[in-house]
Amino acid sequence: MMPLLIRVLRDPGTVQGLDDAGWDLLLRQADAANLDAYLLVLLEDAGLLDAVPAAPRAHLEWTRVGAAAHARAARYEVRQIGRALDGLGLPLILLKGAAYAMAGLDAGRGRLFSDIDILVPKARLPEVEAALMMHGWITTHHDAYDQRYYREWMHELPPMQHARRGNSIDVHHAILPETAPVRPDPARLCASARPIPGEPHLATLSPADMVLHSAVHLFFDGEFDKGLRDLVDLHRLLTQFGQAPGFWEALPARARELELGRPLFYALRYCPRLLGTVVPPAVQAAVASEGPNAALLWLMDRLFARALLPLHASCADAASGAARFALYVRGNWLRMPPLLLARHLFHKAFLSGKSDTQAA
Amino acid sequence: MLTVGSLSRAELAARLSGDGLVLRTGPFINRIRSDVAPLIDSVALMYADYPVEPVGGFVDFHLELRRSGGLRRWYKSQVHFAYDGTTPFQPLPLAQAYPMLEWTMNWCVSHRAHGYLIVHAAVLEKHGRAIILPAPPGSGKSTLTAALLGHGWRLLSDEMTLVRLDDGVVVPLPRPVSLKNTSIDIIRAFRPDAVLSRPVEETTKGTIAHLKAPGASIARALEPARPACIVFPRWEAGAAIALEPLPKARAFMQVADNCFNYQVLGARGFTALGGLIDASDAYTFRYSSLPEAMALFERLVLGDA
Repeated sequence: MMPLLIRVLRDPGTVQGLDDAGWDLLLRQADAANLDAYLLVLLEDAGLLDAVPAAPRAHLEWTRVGAAAHARAARYEVRQIGRALDGLGLPLILLKGAAYAMAGLDAGRGRLFSDIDILVPKARLPEVEAALMMHGWITTHHDAYDQRYYREWMHELPPMQHARRGNSIDVHHAILPETAPVRPDPARLCASARPIPGEPHLATLSPADMVLHSAVHLFFDGEFDKGLRDLVDLHRLLTQFGQAPGFWEALPARARELELGRPLFYALRYCPRLLGTVVPPAVQAAVASEGPNAALLWLMDRLFARALLPLHASCADAASGAARFALYVRGNWLRMPPLLLARHLFHKAFLSGKSDTQAA
Repeated sequence: MLTVGSLSRAELAARLSGDGLVLRTGPFINRIRSDVAPLIDSVALMYADYPVEPVGGFVDFHLELRRSGGLRRWYKSQVHFAYDGTTPFQPLPLAQAYPMLEWTMNWCVSHRAHGYLIVHAAVLEKHGRAIILPAPPGSGKSTLTAALLGHGWRLLSDEMTLVRLDDGVVVPLPRPVSLKNTSIDIIRAFRPDAVLSRPVEETTKGTIAHLKAPGASIARALEPARPACIVFPRWEAGAAIALEPLPKARAFMQVADNCFNYQVLGARGFTALGGLIDASDAYTFRYSSLPEAMALFERLVLGDA
């Protein structure tokens, strides 16, 4: 049986049969999955909010307040980043949560995010970093190894945190690490980026690239604590963009162009399975060849079936821990060649100071 | 009504280590699970008069405090807090389990319950008028609160004043009063009848003991009160008693500084705080003698200070 939260995400009307214990479980699963604000949006859109009993309704209203504060702060932070980078002559390309929110996409409603992610050309990184430092953002990883890890091997600068406001920014120059076997060309992503209507200095990736970035972020990463939230992002992006003519037809080709056929394959496999996303059969057929062999797919189905559930005790079985660990190892494997990975894990386990590992 | 005090020690321990003790505090339902024996004793003592709800209903906050496993179980044992499976805080020494429960129960409210403007302030009521005491630690707020409670005042809260956004009333959250360092002996001497938890030394706030909330305040926990005064107290050795009116604009800014969620509430926080300031007379208050301070509060609550 599917966890209650997922049944409600598929069919919000499910809440009509809930008793007090059911509401308790639903809100806890939503909270654990970082989907409580989305649950509020979902129930409100379905006209079901007034039927929610008083106690869970109060929690949903608390969530509304917290989510509104988050949206205000995020908007403010994006403006500050815009001001800091003004004069560099770069469009401010927002990624993930900040992009969804600022572009007013469905996927941005009720979607909380802790960091603001931006994409800049690699050649311009020093200028961008200097401009951010001039405006109060400082690097968070002071350990020499961590600095090297990010600067030589990763696709982003070490996260920078604003000295006064405490908000973080991740400056990316690519969407996968330098050390990963596939390297989608960032120049192609930037070339297809589009301005946000009404926000002349802000831009997002193109719709297809937003989907592909979301997919690669979810399916090539090692940490799945927000796996279901990321899958919901994909579901909402696909559902909204899928209504535009030409989107579906172009998606598989774009994925191949960027060497991202595999993550798209997984996105189009697990979104319909878990969330009931409607994907045209022709598109499924077009990505079928991007999947792994049957034995590996059998295994991945079992791993993702666990890791994509809410990270809550009520959704765990005996194999959940092992599944998440296996995907953690896989995520690192996909980021680095084996020797480098061994060296990295050795360093993290034995050489990094304890306080550093907690911060990392 | 089932209360913690009506459960046997064995039954209480079984609930805490099993499906949980479902405890009502003011408007909130807490489900507490723990296997830490001294914590069970403190809960039995401090929460004896609180209602216990059946397991299996809707719960506001799911809290768990567990003793370390492995080697740590035997050497320098610690207590770990989990909020429904997530661990937002570092563990503390096992002896601090009960203060940790109080702190984490506060944290649940201040980080989530955004249906209220939550002021870091004690609040007491008499004759239907609530007096709010916002103050940083060390101002003598809890000492004054503890002294007044022995004299017919109703405890609404020692730590968090909940101003309901919908109608501006103060919603009670009567819980044990946290006393620090020298306050503990002052209250022991001043109120020999006071029930105190065992003092815990070397916490980040020094030595801590909790004073049991009056049964009458707990019994009236669902009865809100109208705000009447906001008093910023300051204890100062040897100082003459002095109550000075505080201009409304400054009172507004000072209460805003003492709120947990003023920023989070945005425009609604501004409106709620404005309503609170409009409804209340505001003062700064300096004192050195508890009996003098208490006499002044009696006059204040009657509106003739």
